Amino acid sequence: MTRLYSWEGLLFATFVIIFAFNAAFTPDFLGLSNQINLFQLSIEKIILALVMTFIIINAEIDLSVGSMMGLSACAFGYLYQIGTPAPAAIAICLAAGVLGGFLNGWFIARLGLPSLVVTLATLIGFRGLARVMLEDRGIGDFPEWFNALGQKGLIGPLPFALLAFALLFALLYVLLERSGFGRKTYVIGSNRDVADFAGIDTARHKIVLFTLSGLTSAFAGLLFAARVGAVRGDVGSGFELDVITIVLLGGVSIFGGKGTLVGTLLSILIVLNLRNGMGLMNITGHIQTGVIGLLLIASVVIPRIKFATSRGSKPEATS
Amino acid sequence: MALLTRLSPAALRLLALLAVLALVLIFFSTQIEGYLNGRLFNRISSSVAIMALIATGQTLVILTRNIDLSVGSVVGFSAFATGSLISNHPDLNPLILLLYAAAVGTGFGMLNGVLVAYARIPSIIVTLASMALFRSALVEYSNAKSITSESLPAWLTDFPNMPVFSLGAMEFRAGFTASLVVVLIVHFALTRLRPARQFFAVGSNPEAAEMAGIDAHRTIFAAFALSGLMAGLAGFMFLARFGNITVVAGLGFELKSVASSVVGGVNIFGGSGSVIGAFLGAILVDLLETSLVRWAVVSEFWREAVLGALILLAVTTDTLFSRRLAALRARKSKESAK
Repeated sequence: MTRLYSWEGLLFATFVIIFAFNAAFTPDFLGLSNQINLFQLSIEKIILALVMTFIIINAEIDLSVGSMMGLSACAFGYLYQIGTPAPAAIAICLAAGVLGGFLNGWFIARLGLPSLVVTLATLIGFRGLARVMLEDRGIGDFPEWFNALGQKGLIGPLPFALLAFALLFALLYVLLERSGFGRKTYVIGSNRDVADFAGIDTARHKIVLFTLSGLTSAFAGLLFAARVGAVRGDVGSGFELDVITIVLLGGVSIFGGKGTLVGTLLSILIVLNLRNGMGLMNITGHIQTGVIGLLLIASVVIPRIKFATSRGSKPEATS
Repeated sequence: MALLTRLSPAALRLLALLAVLALVLIFFSTQIEGYLNGRLFNRISSSVAIMALIATGQTLVILTRNIDLSVGSVVGFSAFATGSLISNHPDLNPLILLLYAAAVGTGFGMLNGVLVAYARIPSIIVTLASMALFRSALVEYSNAKSITSESLPAWLTDFPNMPVFSLGAMEFRAGFTASLVVVLIVHFALTRLRPARQFFAVGSNPEAAEMAGIDAHRTIFAAFALSGLMAGLAGFMFLARFGNITVVAGLGFELKSVASSVVGGVNIFGGSGSVIGAFLGAILVDLLETSLVRWAVVSEFWREAVLGALILLAVTTDTLFSRRLAALRARKSKESAK
């Protein structure tokens, strides 16, 4: 545990440095509107990162989140265009998320297929369905209240999506840290066989997690539609890798069993501030991603060096 | 039933893939007029020529229980670097250009290999990061310029389409033939040469491999270096085929190469699979994409949805079938022991 605490301390220190740097060099950085904007621009990714934390702690991975986002956003556009009332369209999209997530979970937990392969297939498949619905068109002109929900402040200047993120974080934090479900997530992630012998229905647990991931992705897709005000077939494409990077940078072990939501939150703050700062310094998107990539490798190497020198023991084996 | 237990699972898998390929061909030939002709073969073979190389490298990495998500970026960098070298020195010897592409790819692959095999960072983390890093290296290197086919010598752009030999209406062009030769060489090495068998040993049981005196670190390093080499060569082919290279060249190839390997029966947990399988997987994926575009019944936008379903189906049947087969064999050997 001490190691985890110190890891989060390191993340926090990194965040403070980046934040102070941005605040010192950018005049309007500390303004409330810039701070809100910072979160708003990547709100879908950071919401997805919360549930991905559970999935990776559970020693699985979900590559299909970006495509499910796209599917939900495109389904909303399609349904709205053919005359479905927006609330009904929203309900159908969320149901599609539940169904898609359940499908992932069923193949992974009941058939015992690797999640990397199953969600790679649904990454392609869900994206395909999104394209079937919209082909190469873009759809916009959503109802006024729907767009307002994505673009305007709901309580004071705070938009709906940011409030949803805060609420989801609080709920998931309690679920992971204070509930039996959370303990099971860690136990299954560190050793599935032991969890099975302990009488935990590991298959059901995994299905619940993937269904939750599908539902959240569909929700994120709707947020995107409301925030941007238009949808296209490529909504959310490539998001899965950014989301996974955030979670891993937050100290969640790719082998499962280790990690916290606080780590993920700190990582979110670091990535958002770093990108914002680099953006203000006119550094292009590809290079920004490269810097985040370097940070990701450093996030694995640094704790090992520290661990090895302070304890004098060998770093843990990874293969 | 006797056939099921006599043939090796690997051979059965290849037969099943060939059967599926044949079924797809028969199905679409009843649906699309003038489907089965030389042009179909040419179209599929020129695009498979690139993916086959990448999938071969990916297979070597997956055999050792790892994954290489950086191949798409390596293809892009190699294509761009090779393209800018030849446009600046048009009289360069073709062999030197090919070696340059190979060296660029191998260099990136070795970097991945060091981090995975010796620094012991999980491959999915290393290659997720290096996918972004290599791409940003390309953006820096390109300096917001792109390679155009006018700046390339004619021999390079003509190379992929140069006919080597033909079987009936099927014309084997140089690009495809070269890829096929590489796949066959790697296949021969994996099945017949002792050093190459180490990929299987390390992938199926790393501890046992270590105890048997195999240097698992070196083996994993070699797999990544070779994957980089293949991606570098694929970059050369990409340049020759398309001519116009921008910073997004090769984007998405990483997932497609994993898909080809997995459809081709390579076990994502390492230790089993063949490059011939991955090659057939790449052909199947490409054949479906090309055919669905031409199929009048559904819009061309169905191809990704169908592809996703196909991968899921392929992996499900493969897993369930090999479990049954293992149980069947166990029962048989128990009976014969009595």
